[in-house]
Amino acid sequence: MDFLNALVALLNFVVVPATAYGAQLALGALGVTLVYGILRFSNFAHGDTMAFGTMATILFTWGLQAAGISLGPVPTALLALPAGIAAAALLVLGTDRAVYRFYRRRKANPVILVIVSMGVMFIYNGLVRLVIGPGDRNFDDGARFIFTVRDFREATGLDEGVGLRTSQAITVITAVIVVAVLFWFLNHTRTGKSMRAFSDNEDLALLSGINPERVVMVTWLIVAALATVAGVLYGLDKSFRPLTYFQLLLPIFAAAIVGGLGSPLGAIAGGFVIAFSEVTITYAWKKVLEYLLPQSLEPSGLVQLLSTDYKFAVSFMILVVVLLFRPTGLFRGKSV
Amino acid sequence: MSAGNGTGPYGGRGNNDASIVKPGSGSSTVAAGPGGDPRPARGTRPFLEGRGMTGGYGRGPDILHDCTIAVNPGEIAVIVGPNGAGKSTAMKAIFGMLDLRAGTVVLDGTDITALSPQDRVARGMGFVPQTGNIFTTMTVEENLEMGAFIRRDDIAPTMEQVYDLFPILRDKRRQQAGELSGGQRQQVAVGRALMTRPKVLMLDEPTAGVSPIVMDELFDRIIEVARTGLPVLMVEQNARQALEIADRGYVLVQGANAHTGTGPGLLADAEVRRSFLGG
Repeated sequence: MDFLNALVALLNFVVVPATAYGAQLALGALGVTLVYGILRFSNFAHGDTMAFGTMATILFTWGLQAAGISLGPVPTALLALPAGIAAAALLVLGTDRAVYRFYRRRKANPVILVIVSMGVMFIYNGLVRLVIGPGDRNFDDGARFIFTVRDFREATGLDEGVGLRTSQAITVITAVIVVAVLFWFLNHTRTGKSMRAFSDNEDLALLSGINPERVVMVTWLIVAALATVAGVLYGLDKSFRPLTYFQLLLPIFAAAIVGGLGSPLGAIAGGFVIAFSEVTITYAWKKVLEYLLPQSLEPSGLVQLLSTDYKFAVSFMILVVVLLFRPTGLFRGKSV
Repeated sequence: MSAGNGTGPYGGRGNNDASIVKPGSGSSTVAAGPGGDPRPARGTRPFLEGRGMTGGYGRGPDILHDCTIAVNPGEIAVIVGPNGAGKSTAMKAIFGMLDLRAGTVVLDGTDITALSPQDRVARGMGFVPQTGNIFTTMTVEENLEMGAFIRRDDIAPTMEQVYDLFPILRDKRRQQAGELSGGQRQQVAVGRALMTRPKVLMLDEPTAGVSPIVMDELFDRIIEVARTGLPVLMVEQNARQALEIADRGYVLVQGANAHTGTGPGLLADAEVRRSFLGG
């Protein structure tokens, strides 16, 4: 019984939240890794692309709510998501036209593009704050829980319970669908294969008659969709605040690099590695250990390895270790 | 497998470095100047011809000096010469990868000097670079599909032809091209170029870095390709073996035509043998 209680507590405080967070990071990292694979630079504006897409979705959600449209137990934001994606797509395509294309034509060094993307990041950042403000926005409506901790306890008779929030379930389901569609697209469509070919060997792709501008355009469309979906899921799960999205850049980059830059499979694995490390290291294990250990060994402190304030340090540590010992990442991406 | 380079008078393997100039003999060869008319036999119009090409990379010095290379319909033309003679450069010039300061490139009667490499592919030139000539992270079949990217019609028959030509690729069609051996990778590379159904095939050192046995097999395959009526232009380090299968051979020295003739003719030429083939 104690063991079961420990397991359920672990599920409730570590596994469920980390899985949802991991799915959000994985979607974010997929966007970063696609830009890296096709356009060959690290896109620092990705976090703020997510923020912009989420902001647009929130605005459309408000519009739908004002019109009295809702999805019942499911958040209205899911209905506004396609419009948010379209807005983000317009933004990144416009940016590509106005900024990135210029440097691409000059065959600029990737490091220059990284700095350029930082400039873009600041502009997006300001744009989002101007439109929606720097504060917290909670746009999650609909049912809050699929089942609560209390429901679970009453149903099983255990001391501990596990709750599942609607946003967490939606996150995981959406992420699975998005990833499945993306992989089908990359592996089975002509355009998807041409993107992989372009990422693999640019010169040979050009020789084969693949149009680079088209590949770049499709990539930005996919990146806008991934960023908006990731941002909206994160916002539903926690809340929307522009600064938080900017800070998400670090775990997202850590996930993409840990998995291997340029490798979509790696981005997903990396997302979960980072999320689970972050949550397990900042979780107070006292409760779980109380169930598992004999009374005499019970911990007196919280057994929290790192305060949640330092959660970004976890991404940094993993990043440093991976870059030292396996610079190409888990799935043999490109070396940074 | 049995088509002939092991049977010729110079069939011995192990002369892979034969194209390196023997010490002391280089200057006299250059002084000897063009031996024979670089243009193909009178009467037939070459299918692809780079005429009087002069140029180099970017703003750098000229590497090619009034260099002429031509391929007749249905023939194999081979460019050989010592290291640094501009063999690959000559081929890249024909393919439009460097700006010519003088000279023209004519494909099937049309002047294509101003076209980009991509446009030349669309016009029917198939090019296999020396390195980076396959998509390593994609399967063999995907490599072939990407080769046919510009085509909008059914590519399945062409793919069957490629598999018939390189049966090993049919067995490995689902395998990542990067996992294959050197010789198999070269087959993927040639197969990819064939997928566009080119009117002329250009190979930049197809046997670089493969073992002599694999080299013989690759040459056999190239002969088979040429037998289908597809003209082949090839740059080769292994001068002796390449000239044996060549209808037309070009010996370049310092970016200029030094000797031109039929493959067997060049092999029999005492001076060519002395300077390039190790006697």
